[in-house]
Amino acid sequence: MAEILVIASHRSGELNPGTLEVITAATELKQATGNKISVVIIADKPDQYVKALSVGGVDEIIKVSVPQAEFQPDYYESVVLAVADERKPQLILAPHGVDAWSFMPVVAAKRRYGCATDVFEIRYEDGKPVAVRAAYAEKMHMELDFPHKETVVLTIRGNTYKPSETSATPAISEFQAPAVEPRTRHIGFHAPDTSGDVDIAQAEYILSIGRGIAEEDNVEQFNELADQMGFTLGCSRPIADNGWLPKSRQVGQSGKTVSNCKLYLAMGISGSVQHMAGMKHVQTIVAVNTDAEASIFNIARYGIVADLFDIAEELKQHFQ
Amino acid sequence: MKILVAIKLVAALDEDFEIREDGCDADPDYLDYQLNEWDDYSWEVALQLAEKFPDKIEAIPVTVGPERAEAGLRKCLAKGGERGIRVWDESLEGSDPMVIGHLLAAVAKREQATMVLAGTLASDHAYAQTGMCAAAELGWAHIAVVSRLDLDPEASEANVRRELEGGIEEELAIQLPAVMTIQLGINEPRYASLRGIKQAKAKPLETLTPSELGLSPQEVGEAGSLSQVRRMYIPEKGQAELIEGTPAEQATRLAEIIKELRGDA
Repeated sequence: MAEILVIASHRSGELNPGTLEVITAATELKQATGNKISVVIIADKPDQYVKALSVGGVDEIIKVSVPQAEFQPDYYESVVLAVADERKPQLILAPHGVDAWSFMPVVAAKRRYGCATDVFEIRYEDGKPVAVRAAYAEKMHMELDFPHKETVVLTIRGNTYKPSETSATPAISEFQAPAVEPRTRHIGFHAPDTSGDVDIAQAEYILSIGRGIAEEDNVEQFNELADQMGFTLGCSRPIADNGWLPKSRQVGQSGKTVSNCKLYLAMGISGSVQHMAGMKHVQTIVAVNTDAEASIFNIARYGIVADLFDIAEELKQHFQ
Repeated sequence: MKILVAIKLVAALDEDFEIREDGCDADPDYLDYQLNEWDDYSWEVALQLAEKFPDKIEAIPVTVGPERAEAGLRKCLAKGGERGIRVWDESLEGSDPMVIGHLLAAVAKREQATMVLAGTLASDHAYAQTGMCAAAELGWAHIAVVSRLDLDPEASEANVRRELEGGIEEELAIQLPAVMTIQLGINEPRYASLRGIKQAKAKPLETLTPSELGLSPQEVGEAGSLSQVRRMYIPEKGQAELIEGTPAEQATRLAEIIKELRGDA
């Protein structure tokens, strides 16, 4: 029986929910192929994650103790390679995210396994995996196959599969981590200073601005408009990178997910994957953009193709 | 010490594009090329270090691609640096990030570089693999998504931060030599001056082939790749309901939608 390895991801003692989504992806493949699912948990105290990982179609949890609580690429790579050398899995899966970026391609490269990142669909054709991912800034999709590869490494895009919730009673095993000298050393975490600022993750009505506002001097008028409308002002990455708004206002993968938002008004935001990761779940998204082809219109409920300054000016009249 | 910076011309699709006859890519007639946004930031990191330690650090841009890729090298050299390296021959058609990473590693060895910087990802296909594949080939320490980099060329390690989810950063020390991928916003990339653009035209570009770098035919193109594109297609997409009219009419409708939803109509 072929095996699927899922590499669990965690930070500061919390399991990354993406791991449970990847378990769902694996469970669907198990139903189609009969493959066994083994989850590898690499941590200083792997026991603490066992219960949370006993879900879906998981058959086995492989606990691997390493000296460091937080992610470290040399530990992860050496463990995954050692487990894979022994088990010869068909697939090695992990959530697509910053930790995976630091080690999954290295695992694939060291053994010349098949590899694809940011995958949102996996299926088997003639007993071989086929992965689907985006191309050309989401304008196209590409289907990849992996000729002559016995093992394929895939990172799975977040919010593609529902997190696995049904409980399971997997076998629990332990695996001895190979001795390695880690070449990076964790010093600490730095959280952005959000004191005194609103928590955008809690906001229900958000007016979010992007590159389209063009200049720092234009930020103030949108700040006023948001106030007038009773909205919270948010932004996409370039605005925070430029220092025009604090980092705590940034919506997206490397910013905040707006989990409480009921209406998201995106002005001058074209809609990168990274931005959409933080807001695409919002039920009512309205996008204002001059570019009718902007990808934000593919996820918005309402679209306005117009100059955002014209719309802002007119909108003000309705919220005096 | 030498810092190699991997740069890439990314392809953006025209509004109306067509798919190539074999169905595996967009028709090249509909592609526009520009320097990957992330690469502006990694080149700026290297330039700032080279300026801070002028006698100790050299920054060199490297690209893998046909002749048009020289435009990317020239764009970097217009801001600073003395020379660039381009790797190409036709056997590299169809190569994935593994092959590109392998070539970068070979250039790093040839130059006896101490650091390789690459963009966290490229805006066209967002693989986020190339830098880390180079690290695997070199066997060097590595970390992705670096948002701050402090380096003393005399020290054996660098102090960096990497960007995590939700705006949190991890501070860590990384041993040299190292490969790092650089995130947007790590600095403010400079603009090239007209004088710089002119000077860049005269700066030497070295052109290397995979075989000159010691890669065999099995290590390049589709044979050396970890995946193969078998089809590209235009996905079915949702489409917003468009609110038409003059800006005044559009804003009126938008205000209605907001007030209805909030129940303050």
